[in-house]
Amino acid sequence: MKTNDVILQTTTKIIFFIIFLFSIHIFFAGHYTPGGGFVGGLLTATGIVLLLLAFDLKTVMNCFPINYTVMTAVGLLLAVSTAAGSIFFNVPFFTHAFDHFDLPLLGDQSLHTAMLFDTGVYLVVVGVTMTIIQSIGADE
Amino acid sequence: MSFVFFIFIPMFAALLVPFLYKKISGIHTGWFVLAVPVVLFGIYTTFLPMVQKGESASSSFEWVPSLGISFISYIDGLSLLFTLLITGIGALVVLYSIFYLDKTREQLHNFYVYLLLFMTAMLGVVQSDHMISLYFFWELTSISSFLLIGYWYKRDRSRFGALKSMMITVFGGLMMLGGFVLLSIMGDTYSIRELIVQAPELAHHELFVWSLVLILFGAFTKSAQFPFYIWLPDAMEAPTPVSAYLHSATMVKAGLYLVARFTPLYASSEWWIWLVTGTGLLTLLWGSFFALKQTDLKGILAFSTVSQLGLIMSLLGAGAISFHTGIEDHSIFKYAAFAAIFHLVNHATFKGSLFMIAGIVDHETGTRDIRKLGGLMSLMPISFTIALIGGFSMAGLPPFNGFLSKEMFLTGMLSISEFNLFAFDTWGILFPIIAWIASVFTFIYSFYFVFRTFAGKHQPDLLPKQAHEAPIGMLISPAILGTLVTVIFFIPNVIGDMLVKPAVLAIQPYLYSTPHDIDIHISAWHGLTPELFMTFGIIIIGIILYWSLSKWQPLYDKFPNGFTLNRLYDSLMFLSEVGTNRFSRIYMTGYMRSYLVYMFTGIILLTISTVFLKNAFDVSFVLLTPIRFYELIIALVLIAGTMTILLAKSRLTSIIALGAVGYTVALFFVIFNAPDLALTQLVIETISVALFLLAFYHLPKLNRHENRIRFRLGNALIAFGVGATVTIIALSAHSQKLIPSISSYYEETVYTEAGGGNIVNVILVDYRGFDTLFEIAVLAIASLGIIGMINLRLTKKKEVNRIENK
Repeated sequence: MKTNDVILQTTTKIIFFIIFLFSIHIFFAGHYTPGGGFVGGLLTATGIVLLLLAFDLKTVMNCFPINYTVMTAVGLLLAVSTAAGSIFFNVPFFTHAFDHFDLPLLGDQSLHTAMLFDTGVYLVVVGVTMTIIQSIGADE
Repeated sequence: MSFVFFIFIPMFAALLVPFLYKKISGIHTGWFVLAVPVVLFGIYTTFLPMVQKGESASSSFEWVPSLGISFISYIDGLSLLFTLLITGIGALVVLYSIFYLDKTREQLHNFYVYLLLFMTAMLGVVQSDHMISLYFFWELTSISSFLLIGYWYKRDRSRFGALKSMMITVFGGLMMLGGFVLLSIMGDTYSIRELIVQAPELAHHELFVWSLVLILFGAFTKSAQFPFYIWLPDAMEAPTPVSAYLHSATMVKAGLYLVARFTPLYASSEWWIWLVTGTGLLTLLWGSFFALKQTDLKGILAFSTVSQLGLIMSLLGAGAISFHTGIEDHSIFKYAAFAAIFHLVNHATFKGSLFMIAGIVDHETGTRDIRKLGGLMSLMPISFTIALIGGFSMAGLPPFNGFLSKEMFLTGMLSISEFNLFAFDTWGILFPIIAWIASVFTFIYSFYFVFRTFAGKHQPDLLPKQAHEAPIGMLISPAILGTLVTVIFFIPNVIGDMLVKPAVLAIQPYLYSTPHDIDIHISAWHGLTPELFMTFGIIIIGIILYWSLSKWQPLYDKFPNGFTLNRLYDSLMFLSEVGTNRFSRIYMTGYMRSYLVYMFTGIILLTISTVFLKNAFDVSFVLLTPIRFYELIIALVLIAGTMTILLAKSRLTSIIALGAVGYTVALFFVIFNAPDLALTQLVIETISVALFLLAFYHLPKLNRHENRIRFRLGNALIAFGVGATVTIIALSAHSQKLIPSISSYYEETVYTEAGGGNIVNVILVDYRGFDTLFEIAVLAIASLGIIGMINLRLTKKKEVNRIENK
């Protein structure tokens, strides 16, 4: 059965980018305002799920030729190595460091190693969600 | 550079092996590996002058400082002797393996990585002074032995033998760890040297005997003593270089090392003397008796190794007697420990050469079955000569080193019958008799091994290959060992002064203070002593029995097969596998709902009992905000949604209702000023509804006649229980103000300590980062599980199709 989903497809093309940018914003804003790696990752996944609903699995896989299992592994490695990195500075496992930097164009910004850890969380969440959805969706 | 790091050289060399194997395929990888033991042997010989003066050296490296665990390399006479054996025999074995293992057909990188790993482990065992690191290396030898036995992992017997050896030795290792822990509780230290200093006080501790027995479990399993020896014959599935190295010269002697190392601590105990001597002697007799039943060349050698290890073990036990007699009264007691170490060295030389010869015979004729072999003397003259030297030495004949240590062994056993403590005056007379009978059998199996292979009639049609002499490279290592066997007979005191006496000093520090105090002189001729007459008896009876072997060897088949130790092991393994499988089948039903029932029941029982045991239940309605109108409405929506899930006739309705419940909860979060939670809840709901819709296709259809979920009393009770539990916890958590809330701590430190503004997120990534780390790990594992579940099911389908197509 072929349904007419022109409206959905057209709006999705725009909305997806809004969701994606919002998820990035949420991810970066996390340390001071609501958000963070977990929600950010989930939002990104939601965006991709929307694409999946509007188009089919094959099209989306062509758009994002990403191996989500690898993505999960990379995220996990990033998180573990951020946590483990502290032992090289002779402080206990998982000690974070942060400071304020004056960056060009961006002005005064605080940089935090928790950010790297959160990136790991983000990647894992996107990777896992998409792996699950893809493998269940592909199995028909 | 401190020498503790030398232990790890083989391990680091192992890292290079795969690259060498891949990149330089023209040269046999063994040549590169050979450098490691040779260099180490050279380095360690420089310690010889030091230990000959009776001194020792130690070097340490902290491993886990917070727990006080460190690698301590302690080199005295005993550990240096073993170190030189490990590196020396190791070099010869690697050289031999270069010709034994074909570089194109075998997976050399695996072999040499395991072998080097073993070398590190074994060096660690004999040099560690810290008991925890000793245990670490001890188990590492078990693991590397497992890998090496299973080297030809496609053979069933290899895998079986590997698992069996690991099961038994790791069991012993764990027992030993228990003994170590008890010792550390008693002496408040993990250092063996410090424990030995405290020996007199420890002897009266109530845990003393327990720790002794537990440590002996470790030693007996590793050194294949009765009744744990059963793993060693099955370990012969390993490539022959491995058998020669691990299962005769080094690893199986780790147990002897352990006994020798702990002798100064336990020598005062009657238990120690009886257990070590008795088990050793029983093993000696048992092993030598059953060696004649074997028809596999390596099987004979395996049982012979078991029996020789028993011999050394019994000597070590007898050596402890000298603690009670002192050095003055009965001077013959002092021989036992010396004989033990001397025989240990001799055994390494002759048994190593015999194993290599067995490997050569296997390699050149294609079989190890002694019934098919025979008459190889003229075809393989060099191998025959070496086998003859090794075999005669094992039988205890002059002019080979085995004769000297066999004489000393008899001296040691004769001396036991004169010991008049611990009921040895009544039972002691058994010891020389058993020793004598075992020596007769040793004599017979030595002849059996050598002459059934090399003498007699050649049967070329039974052999898979045309028999011929081995390549020269393969003969070098056994020839070196064979030469040593002969040379040691003529210069025993050089070896005695250089290696044996410093080691004896480490075993019996209560008798001597320097190696020069040990006034033992080895000589081949003592005059017409009882030992000499016993040897004559061994030779005469041995020759008669060997002559008539074919008459009485069939008697071995009369032994019932149902009561052997192997059968016991097999049925234990079978029971544990089938038993655990049956047990888990009882509760692993394969239905998600059963597992949920277990989990919920567990949650109810644990929380409710904790609440009541700790008297934490409390209800107080102070500090409550009034319920607002729209909160009431949302709650009603929530209830309506939940009821819809339960009563819905189609699954689609249920899924949508579930989503509605989730979004309503998110609304609650919004009202209660928890934007982070609300956001997460919303997104999660969206995704899970999408997931449900995707998985919709896979779910079984609801039964037409049963379009409503049936009422089940048990499930209803559990559902009610979970609700009640959560309510009680929520009420109590609000009412109990025993401990101040942690939120104030977060509020104070979130900006100053953690450099963030959003407490929820800072908790996730910083305060409780560990939780998040493990959570994402669990997520990753779950996704792998789903991939496995779906993909494996797909391949299964394909396989079924393939079978049907055939």
